[in-house]
Formats: sequence, structure tokens, C-alpha cells
Amino acid sequence: MFLGHPNEKPFMKTVNRVTISRPTMTAEKKRDVFSGMPTPSSPKRSGRRVYMVAGGVTKFAKAHPGMDFRLMAKRSFDQARAAVPNLTLNMIDGTRISYFSDHFTRQLKASSMVQDYLGLNPRGSVRIEWGGATGGENIQAAYEAVASGRMDVCVATGFETMSRVPTWKGNEFIALASDTNFDFPLGGFYTGYYALMVQRHIYEYVRRKKFAHITDEREAQRKAIEYGTKVMAMVSVKNHKNALTNPYAQYPKDLNVNDVLSSEMVSYPLTREQICTMSDGAATVILTSEERAKELADDAVLIKGVGCGTDTMRLADRPFGKVILMPHEKASDYADLDYPGVHSFRAGRAAGMEAYGHAGITNPNKELDFIELHDAYSSSEIQTYEDLGLCKYGEGYDFVESGAPFLKGVDYGFPTPKAGMIPVNPSGGLIACGHPVGATGIMQGVFALWQLQGRIGEKFGSPRLQIPHARRGAIHSHAGTGSAVTVTIMESTKQR
Amino acid sequence: MAERKLFKSSKFQEVNAAIKKDGAAIFVDKEGHENLIIDNPYAIRYIHSYAEDSPFFLGLAQGKLLGTKCGPCNYVFATPRGNCQFCGEPTTWVDLPLRGRVHTWTTCHFGGEAFLKETPYNLAMIEFDGANSVLLARLKDCKEEEIYVGMPVEARFNPKPQYSITDVWFVPADTDSPKARRK
Ligand SMILES: [Zn+2]
Repeated sequence: MFLGHPNEKPFMKTVNRVTISRPTMTAEKKRDVFSGMPTPSSPKRSGRRVYMVAGGVTKFAKAHPGMDFRLMAKRSFDQARAAVPNLTLNMIDGTRISYFSDHFTRQLKASSMVQDYLGLNPRGSVRIEWGGATGGENIQAAYEAVASGRMDVCVATGFETMSRVPTWKGNEFIALASDTNFDFPLGGFYTGYYALMVQRHIYEYVRRKKFAHITDEREAQRKAIEYGTKVMAMVSVKNHKNALTNPYAQYPKDLNVNDVLSSEMVSYPLTREQICTMSDGAATVILTSEERAKELADDAVLIKGVGCGTDTMRLADRPFGKVILMPHEKASDYADLDYPGVHSFRAGRAAGMEAYGHAGITNPNKELDFIELHDAYSSSEIQTYEDLGLCKYGEGYDFVESGAPFLKGVDYGFPTPKAGMIPVNPSGGLIACGHPVGATGIMQGVFALWQLQGRIGEKFGSPRLQIPHARRGAIHSHAGTGSAVTVTIMESTKQR
Repeated sequence: MAERKLFKSSKFQEVNAAIKKDGAAIFVDKEGHENLIIDNPYAIRYIHSYAEDSPFFLGLAQGKLLGTKCGPCNYVFATPRGNCQFCGEPTTWVDLPLRGRVHTWTTCHFGGEAFLKETPYNLAMIEFDGANSVLLARLKDCKEEEIYVGMPVEARFNPKPQYSITDVWFVPADTDSPKARRK
């Protein structure tokens, strides 16, 4: 039998299978192999407290042919500086600069040119690149520069200019962030990889649970996909509709579930409206020590926790082991689940656990007021709810239907009884805002900052997306097929 | 000196079309600035070494599917790798069966630019008896609506090897199906 499944159940009545013995593996060995994760613990950390004092972001657009990457980065930097007028260039100790792909800029060492344009030579800097999680990693690199005491003020700037190549060439470039021996030559297409992952997610959690009673395998799987994609479409509707009052968003849209499902099929079952787009854009945040934060702003936001996790580049290498459990889960919940397989993001779970441990969070639904979540696909937003412990593995679809990740007071065209419990992507996320890779994670930081400062009304020109009394939020950045994920927890320091 | 007259527009798509034809054009942005845009193609010949993965690709040319095994972990990788991801020890090559099952699948209606002409195409991750991990491959000779998780499949090999992962693909293994018998 296929040995990846320690608890395999028959797939199909019709499958003739040769049974061979499974490798013997002691319980101890299996734990080592599959979930030998150190449990994150906060006492290890003794760095200085780090604050985000300001942020800026260009409007994300399909193309900004009137701006090169230097100018976009500079504009976002200028917007951030305008928010902290007491910050002089002399006070800035250095930068962290991020972009994903040299193919898109066709200019190596582009970060050096940004450093120059910001007027910050000869201060220290380094380029940060970590696939789709580039922006999230950049914020954490800047955090480390300040927490370590090396810098008192660190600027984190990121950008991407994806419009400089045709869309499908751009898809090819992105897919070069998959194994070029085994994966890329099969289609050079990231949407295909995410479609493979969600198909298995639907099989594990919808076909094997919700539709377990249907005996015809094909019929059961089709019904499961039909149900799963309908719920995925609700996520797309949420993010597009949220963005209607976000002037920085690339594609705010007033859509319904049918619009999403009937949009062009890209990679079954993912349709066009469930997939983020390529964009031009830049974003900047400024991180400081406590002393500097007090000088610069009366509403600085504390970086309360940071976490990062990784996984294999190739989906095919993902192990089939045990779930890394969070406090709300028991091993018995997952007796027949092989984890992470290709259906879940182990890196997201690891990043969430490290960040929660650092921030002292045990129940994210109660202790977070919102999440800006890397929704490159509607499917990966649902998969990530489970990784981040907003619900148990397998409950992601029910979680959407409960309305929990929706904004209160917005009419999405379907019932959202628990709306407001933990709004996810109040800004519209990647699906509606766009995804200029090196800027994306920093954009999330800017939007989270404004939420926690209560400045959404001022910055967006409409208070619709302001979450009342937002005290604590998380930003989540995710690299190709879940090969790296960061989670950063931010907390307001000003009573509002 | 005679000035060359450049196409000028505030519509980026028009500018993009113009540079393909004339090599240069001017994009007028919202602020009224004139941005000079040029066509700047590039192509490279890249020397790609399969290095320690080479036996797998040489195996495909002989109609063999090779995985690797970590002795200490007793773990068989259906997508081979030279060192074990759990303990870091070197692995050894093992034969994989030529039949397996669909672990998950999709039909791609788009792809990277180089692959657009092949659309639609199916991708599937294949699980094998005796292996602990899976292999990503194209799935052919079946329509989107026929594919399901758990479907038995068997390997086919390119008789004219291109030394690419696309030298192997899978087809439905149902021997009663005339489609599947076609080689
Ligand atoms: Zn090993």
C-alpha cells in the first residue's frame, strides 16, 4: 500500500491493491521524523521592545509605467515619513529592502538603488527575499535589527514591478520558485499547485467527512468539490467587497458567489476571481525602539510577537505524519489524518505557534481582533484558518459559513451570523488589493497599523473598514506552496 | 538631426502594442509626465545540470521510475532526493512500481507562457505501493470529469526522451479502457 498513510482507509471499492508491509517505525521514531518541532516558548526571547510608528503604501495597480521601482519605494517611504514629522533622516539607522524576483526588475541589486533613492547611504542595509513571504520576512528582519539593539530606527521597504513582462511570462517567472527539475517543466504554473492542494483538502475534509455517506466515489468527490468551491467563492466575495472602500486596492469588486464561480476556469476548481493578480506597487513601514517611538508618535503599535515556519519546496516531499497540536486540539481529533500532506501548510502552523507563544496568545479568536492573511487564493485563506488555529483542521469550510471571518455590518449577499468574531482581510487581502510580491507583506503591516491606530477612516476616506476598538491584529505572509510563512502580532498602545 | 516621431498614449496597452512594432513609445501618466518605454527582449541559454538527480532522468529514458530510500528512516521518496529530509543521510536508489493511484489532481486551463500551447493539461500527484511520498506528473488520456482521487494509473514513457520530467506521464490503468491501452 501507499505508505504515506499510517491509517489509510480504502479509497475505492474498485481499486485492486497489492498489500505489502509498511516499514516498521517505532512511535518515538515517527515523532522524530514527522513532528520533531520544538515547542515555541516566549522566555527564550529577551530582545528590546519594537514599535511600528508609521507606514506608507502606493496604490497597487496592474501597471505603474510612470514609476520605476525606485520611485514607487520612495513614494511609500515619503508617505510613511509624513506620518512622523519629527523623524529626520539622521535618526534612521538603516534599512531592510525587499523584492522577490530579479526577473521582474531585470536589474540586479535593485535594493541598492532604492537605498540611494531614499537618501540613506551609507547606512546599513540588506536585501530580503523569501518568495511570497518576502514582505513579512522583511518586517521581521527590521524587527530583529531593532530588538537586537543594532538599530533604533529601521525602515522596511518592499516593492515589485510585475507589469514589465506579459502576464503569462510573469506566471512562468513565479513558477521558477518551484523545483526546476521536477515541478516547473510540468506547466510552470503556481495556480496548478494550489489547485492540487485544495483538491486534496476538499477530499480529506469534505468528501471523507461531510459526504462520507455517499458510496459512489466519483459522485461523492464531485459533490464535495461543488460544496468546497461554493464556500471558497464566499471568501472571494468577502475580500472583493471589503476592498470597495480601500482606495489602495487594485480590484475592489461588488461580486456574488455565482459571479466568482462562473468566472473563467484557470486551474480546476480555481476560477479567476479566486486568484490574486500580479501588480506594481511598493510599501514601507518604520520600526523603532521604545524610546524613539515615544519621541515620534503617540499611537505607535507594539510588535508583540513574531513567528516563522518553513516546509519543503516540493509539494511531493511533504510528509504524512502527525498534526502539530495547538491548545484547542487533541491528538484524538486527528486519529485518521495524515499531516501535513499536500492539504495543509505546516509552515503556517509553525509560524502561528511561534508568534502566539511570543505574544502570549492561547486563543487567537478571542485574543486577536483581525488578521490580514495572505490570500493568494481563496482556497489558501481557508486552509490557513486551520493552520492558525482559528478552527480545527477540517473545520475551515464551516468557519466560513459561520460568518466568523466576515466584517460586521457589511451585506455580503448571504447570511454571516457570526460576523465580526475575527475579521480576516478587512482590507480586501491579496485577492482584491493585488500582490506586488516584495511589497505585499509590508502592505499588510501598513493596513494593520492603521487599523490599530484607528486611522482607517482618515487613510481610506471612509470608516467602513475600521474595526471598532481594534487592539490586536496579526499579519500573515506566505511563500510558494507554503514553503515559508511568517506571522507577526501587532498591538495598539494608545487607549481609544 | 531628424527627430523620430514616437507613438504617444495614456493607455498602457496601446503603448505596449506600439513598442512591439516600433521599439519605443511614450506613455503619458495621470500626472501628465511623459515616460519613454522601450522594447527590451532577452533570451538565455541556461546550462541546467540534474547533478545528483541525474539517475532519475536517465532512468526515464529507459522506461524506469526511480525513487530513493533512506535506510535509517526506512522511508521511500517517490520524488527522489539525494539526502533524506528527516535525518540528512544519503539515500539509495530504488525502483518504483509503474502503477499507482491519483493522490490529488487538477486540470490547468492556463500555464506559464512556455506551456500555454499545451492547455488544457492535467496534473496529478501519484502515490505508489511501497513509497512514502508522492510524485507530480502529467495525467493524460482522460478528461477532467473522469479523474478522481484514488484513480488507478500507470506510467507511460516518452520513446524519444527529452530528458525532462515530462518524459514520464500517467494514464488511467483500467485495462478494459481502450484509451488506456493506447501507448
Ligand atoms: Zn533519513
